[in-house]
Amino acid sequence: MKASFDEMHGAEQRVREQYRTYQSWLDRQPQAQMHARRDEAEMIFRRVGITFAVYGAKDEDGAGTERLIPFDLIPRIIPKQEWVDMEAGLVQRVTALNRFIHDVYHGQDILKAGIVPAEQVLKNNQYRAEMQGVNVPGDIYSHISGIDIVRAANLDTPAGGAGTGTYYVLEDNLRVPSGVSYMLENRKMMMRLFPELFSMHRVAPVAHYPDLLLETLRAVAPAGVNEPTVVVLTPGMYNSAYFEHAFLAQQMGVELVEGQDLFVRGGFVYMRTTQGPKRVDVIYRRVDDDFLDPSVFRKDSTLGCAGLLDVYRAGNITLSNAVGTGIADDKSIYPYVPKMIEFYLGEKPILQNVPTHLCREAEDLAYVLGHMDELVIKEVHGAGGYGMLVGPAATKAEIEDFRAVLKANPSNYIAQPTLSLSTCPTFVEAGIAPRHIDLRPYVLSSGKGVQTVPGGLTRVALKEGSLVVNSSQGGGTKDTWVLED
Amino acid sequence: MLSRTADHLFWMARYMERAENTARMLDVNYQTALLPQTAATAEQGWSGLLSISELTQSFRKQYDEVTAQNVMAFMVRNESNPSSIMACLNAARENARAVRGALTTEVWETQNQTWLEFNRLLKDNAFDRDPGAFFEWVKVRSHQSRGVTVGTMLMDDSLHFLRIGTFLERADNTARLLDVKFHALTGGDYFGADNVKDSQEVDFYHWSAILRSVSGFEVYRKVYRNVIRPERVAELLILRPDMPRSLAACMNEVVANLEQVANEQSSETRRRAGRLRSDLQYGRIDEILATGLHAYLTSFLDRVNDLGFGISRDFLVPTAA
Repeated sequence: MKASFDEMHGAEQRVREQYRTYQSWLDRQPQAQMHARRDEAEMIFRRVGITFAVYGAKDEDGAGTERLIPFDLIPRIIPKQEWVDMEAGLVQRVTALNRFIHDVYHGQDILKAGIVPAEQVLKNNQYRAEMQGVNVPGDIYSHISGIDIVRAANLDTPAGGAGTGTYYVLEDNLRVPSGVSYMLENRKMMMRLFPELFSMHRVAPVAHYPDLLLETLRAVAPAGVNEPTVVVLTPGMYNSAYFEHAFLAQQMGVELVEGQDLFVRGGFVYMRTTQGPKRVDVIYRRVDDDFLDPSVFRKDSTLGCAGLLDVYRAGNITLSNAVGTGIADDKSIYPYVPKMIEFYLGEKPILQNVPTHLCREAEDLAYVLGHMDELVIKEVHGAGGYGMLVGPAATKAEIEDFRAVLKANPSNYIAQPTLSLSTCPTFVEAGIAPRHIDLRPYVLSSGKGVQTVPGGLTRVALKEGSLVVNSSQGGGTKDTWVLED
Repeated sequence: MLSRTADHLFWMARYMERAENTARMLDVNYQTALLPQTAATAEQGWSGLLSISELTQSFRKQYDEVTAQNVMAFMVRNESNPSSIMACLNAARENARAVRGALTTEVWETQNQTWLEFNRLLKDNAFDRDPGAFFEWVKVRSHQSRGVTVGTMLMDDSLHFLRIGTFLERADNTARLLDVKFHALTGGDYFGADNVKDSQEVDFYHWSAILRSVSGFEVYRKVYRNVIRPERVAELLILRPDMPRSLAACMNEVVANLEQVANEQSSETRRRAGRLRSDLQYGRIDEILATGLHAYLTSFLDRVNDLGFGISRDFLVPTAA
């Protein structure tokens, strides 16, 4: 594995341009003060109740099943030009992905052209036949997209992290991407703890995200509805992302509903209010497709609303994101995104995919079989680290076992080089040390255009050497700054 | 607004008010216990407190003796007792959490902070060290919760349902307190026609304790400028519309807020609330006492309970789709 790219320090430990002011400020801060600030942040997060739910656990202090996501005091700083390029790449990518989903559920031109294999799409468990031929407002399916990006030392540059590193899209999240509330709360926290830093830096603001979100949701209301009623649909207060659902509903000034609050009558969706039934036009749903409508999908779901899909197919309610977006963020489809961009937009992709070998292709398979000790090999539909081989960490025997499995069913696998995520200085028990990070920018799309807020959510793997940034496995978050020159 | 949201708001306010009233009653018993008195009188005070909340049976299942220590443990931090301060603060906070988006940030943080601090206080043995200061803390948190609600919430249906919850609960709690205190003193109906007692015999401390438990001691002096007599105490806590914890004042608020949220189904509930209010508005204490205070308060509690069902049916848990 190559050495990691560090966001703050370049060759010979020289501080990168965008971090110079911050570094000199940090050098002047006594350790004790930083500790005090961290404790203060934790206390505020508890009081505000910015927590995620953990099932079956109870703390002795009565905090019950709620845990804090660790917040790191040291920001991740992105120079203006890098963001400008990344944003252009995000807009391009999400535009193409929306075109792809529309195409899959209508003419299927890209399948006919042989660019994406038809069986990869039509036999995919994320493909929703119920959506075939259904029109959605503005032909937009993924209104809220979270694109996971990592930076690695240039794959073709020698070790040492020289150069600018390269941003790669690790995966697209087009179903119910979460985490944006942490992006907003982290910024609020930093401004509260270190106001002086914001007078020393021109940090692009992010606080208008809920406004953009509401604007997007209103813009995709069913045709003919001028003053749409927008709601946020949550699985309820015991869901791990409940804080975020409540937060976004409150910030947008719309109702936070549960499935039990909704019902269908006469071809429309209503919510039960103290003044009788009120019609709903747009549902920002934070519930997976499978649970949306027990009369169509999972029969045992109590989180959705029976009859919802019929109303949806008739165009009398907008679901955001649309049903069936999972077809575009599946691992087996990911390798084709650069080709989609060329096919639909006639442009070269601005953001790179992690180079991916499709074992279904004979040439790729031959390469993969010859380099199994260097690659990560994944099942196309797998998730959560199952059914995969991490070459550099595997024993000879494991590799040989996996070789047999791979050969038996090559089209079930993809392979990628082992990327080393970039690092960022992080405040840990031992002091300040580099830890691996990723970035999830949020992209909002409606018929009127595609928008982002500068930056996104930076997640950090707090354990030394760990590449796992998930909050369920000891990951934390950082404020993300895009500097305005 | 969403019916489910209104339901959570209503119960959040009720539980917070109940926590405060429990703290008030415990506090007054605790203070009284510091005065010289016989063991029997002391026990009577604590049993009275259990019967106010209809908890005598569930207390007996867990404790052998009615002692100050046992009753306070049961009423402060026994999780299995739905009226304990702990259970009330937890329920208030869980209801708030379920609809945190419908509350202002300040209201939510106040509820959340109360719960977090409560647990910290128990852990630090603050309650065992100084029960009086602890009860005071509960009252202050309740004042704060009410103040931040009135001071920051938009004056829309959310606020009205919160207020209905607060005053319905308070009406219930004040009525129970009166009933038990008058009842306990005589073992019968204090003002019952065949049980007339000379009020001079009644201990000044008993009546002043009741007044203090509803922050009414100074109010009494101001209103009557006279010695404390039980019939005036009853009048103050039942009929005076300017006494903030009286039944009349509570019903005025319930009626006013119910009018604000009225819908197509709610006319019968409004009629009943209005009628209950009129009875208080045009009632006289000598009439009430002549028919028997206990009977009067029992009927009042039934009517308040009935209003609670009506509100639930009309607004909070509508059955028709």
